[in-house]
Amino acid sequence: MINFNNIWESYKTIISFTIMGLVLLFVGLNQSWALVLGIINLSLISAIMALGVNIQWGYAGLFNVGIMGFAALGGVSVVLISQQPVTEAIDAGGLKMLFALVLGAITIVTGVVLNKKGFNKWLIALIVVIGYLFTRHYFSEASDVIEKVDPAITGYLGGFGFPIAFSWIVGGLAAAGAAWWIGKITLSLRADYLAIATLGIAEIILYVIKNEDWFVRGVKNVAGLPRPVPYEVDMQKSEWLLNIVAWIHRSDLALLTQSDQVAQLSEYVRGASVVFVKLCYSGLFVLILVALIVLSNLALNSPWGRKVRAIRDNEVAASAMGKNITRQHLQIFVIGSAIVGIAGALLVTYNGIFIPTSYMPLRFTFLIWVMVILGGSGNNLGSVLGAFIIWFIWIQSGPMGLWAVEMIGSFNQEGNTITDFLEDRVHYLRLVFMGSILLFIMRFAPRGILPEKNKEL
Amino acid sequence: MSDSIDIINAFALMTNFVILPALSYGSQLALGALAVTLVYSILRFSNFAQGDSMAFGTMIVILLTGFMIGKGWTISGIPTALLVIPIAVIGTSIYMLTMDRLVYRHYRRIKVKQNIVGITASIGVMFITGGIVRFILGASPQRFEDGERFIFSVREFKAFTGLEQGIALKTSQFLTITIAILLVAFLFYFLQKTKTGKAMRAYSDNTELALLSGIDPDKVVQITWLLVAALTTIAGALYGLDKGFAPQQYHLLLLPIFASVIVGGIGSPLGAIAGAFLVSFSEVLLTYAYKKFLIYLLPLSMHPNSLVQLIGTEYKYAISFVILVTVLLIRPTGLLKGKVIDGD
Repeated sequence: MINFNNIWESYKTIISFTIMGLVLLFVGLNQSWALVLGIINLSLISAIMALGVNIQWGYAGLFNVGIMGFAALGGVSVVLISQQPVTEAIDAGGLKMLFALVLGAITIVTGVVLNKKGFNKWLIALIVVIGYLFTRHYFSEASDVIEKVDPAITGYLGGFGFPIAFSWIVGGLAAAGAAWWIGKITLSLRADYLAIATLGIAEIILYVIKNEDWFVRGVKNVAGLPRPVPYEVDMQKSEWLLNIVAWIHRSDLALLTQSDQVAQLSEYVRGASVVFVKLCYSGLFVLILVALIVLSNLALNSPWGRKVRAIRDNEVAASAMGKNITRQHLQIFVIGSAIVGIAGALLVTYNGIFIPTSYMPLRFTFLIWVMVILGGSGNNLGSVLGAFIIWFIWIQSGPMGLWAVEMIGSFNQEGNTITDFLEDRVHYLRLVFMGSILLFIMRFAPRGILPEKNKEL
Repeated sequence: MSDSIDIINAFALMTNFVILPALSYGSQLALGALAVTLVYSILRFSNFAQGDSMAFGTMIVILLTGFMIGKGWTISGIPTALLVIPIAVIGTSIYMLTMDRLVYRHYRRIKVKQNIVGITASIGVMFITGGIVRFILGASPQRFEDGERFIFSVREFKAFTGLEQGIALKTSQFLTITIAILLVAFLFYFLQKTKTGKAMRAYSDNTELALLSGIDPDKVVQITWLLVAALTTIAGALYGLDKGFAPQQYHLLLLPIFASVIVGGIGSPLGAIAGAFLVSFSEVLLTYAYKKFLIYLLPLSMHPNSLVQLIGTEYKYAISFVILVTVLLIRPTGLLKGKVIDGD
């Protein structure tokens, strides 16, 4: 007798990934390969992000509501590292800006040092306020000058012009730095302070990015970021891609006349170049994802990982055993945020354009959360699976909603206003849908699709 | 503009542009912060859905206002929104009780100790609520006040006092401050004097003991949600009358509201009110451009050229955050020592 329950229990990872793969294959055969690869690439990036959140939530029970902010820091670092410096702007206001920033740093350091030495609080406050006013004065002068340099094209300082791969590491470091600061303040306090503080810092990071035009151009976006993979145009000229495409489609092409063959072939090559570029990205992202999963699984099975899980499962007992809980939590929070930062940098690299207004709490913070909880918190592969499922639903639910509205509209003869209204608003229902998924899993399957294996038992 | 020092006009200027706006904004925050405090002390979690729940209540107000104006059922001089608030409170109560039944009750029943579960659930509710509001009203900002805009306008004030600098009292500001005082007075009376209020405080103080002495937990929770719905809807409607309605802005109100609650001492109603005014005054004082004010006060030779604005208006949410972080660094229990219920 076959017991389906047992089969599911022993092979659920393989089964669920196979089903996901088949669904993607189905979409690829029916719609287009470029679309599927687009979904896969964004799923992979989301999976990296979910991995970071899983490390925080699944390994240590830390609640990060500011995923958006850490991802945005990764995006900023792509701009700052890979763009060419704008020499005109640097000549005009670079020194002044540097001076203002150094002045601000000196003010803060002075305040902290004097505070440690136990000076009068009012005196320190006065010094800090005066320092702030001077900083602000030079700062606004400098930013005005920089923003006036050719505002339609640059209007910012530009970046360092380094290879874009550096920015992934720098993005991770930037997110780690912000996480360290937030964690240092809130982790020793109650659990929900961390949630509130991360929510706040994410919004502020976004406000700074959107408003400080001299920094990364604000809402004017930074386009034309360099790529780590070849461009489609170059691919279309390459001999070997042409040969491969010709070989794949040889039976189709053989039926056509000579002149039609050339036109059809170039059509195929154009499509193939898009697919090839996306495949390059997929390879890159898979490599990074696998490396991160291997590393974190190794870490989780090491003595360090046992300590981490011991703290998560029983803080009191772990602390009685002499483990420093706050320090451990800070470590994990920083590591998880760094991974989110790396994923944020990869996302901007993949898009080739940095759009500050695209950072919505729903798209980043919330969706990633649903991925982690759906997949099974504490299980890295679960997060990856959750990322694929949720991203797939997210991408497909937009067109499906519109399709449903049009179905309703076709039955509804007179009420065109209702159909228009629904077409305009139906995408907001995705919020309701995702919220319901989260609540549903929390209630009925709190351990997710692929629950964490308890190795101690 | 006179070149001498003019304290009365400077004071009038401050009243008009700083004190009145900060008072009404503070009252709105205080009502929201009280709602968060109530949920926190009875249901034991930080309600992340507060901002979006305010948007939900305001949405009902807006829909009903539109309906009433369409029917011509208005009273001249009074904003129609004020008339429909009671119905909107009922609507929001039903919504909140439904959410409690569907989402939160389960975790109370299985006695989840961690408030992190409550937070996660409330974030789910936050997105659902936000989605519903945006689906029905759209995401773009809108205004819904009607009736008299001013109790007295700048021109009337100038004619009355003969001052160069006028003070205007907007109807929305007047209503906000009056209603907030009445509502807070009622809430404190309710919690201190009535039997149900005492039961709520007992439940918050020591749940086990309260249950032993025969207090019905379901009733306490239901009353809490009713009070929260009233506070939430009124806070949202008043904020909307004052500054206009935009879902994203309501969502972001979460930050100043949480800052108020934590600054005041989490779980302490008086602290929440004090915290709300601290946050609102810091926000308005720091983003106000002092140029004109200084021109009144300083001799001609010292008149400033720049706006003399300490922080750009676009960073006003950062101010709540900085206050929050400072309080967490210096005095994590808040100004008025809140009852620190151990969440985990």
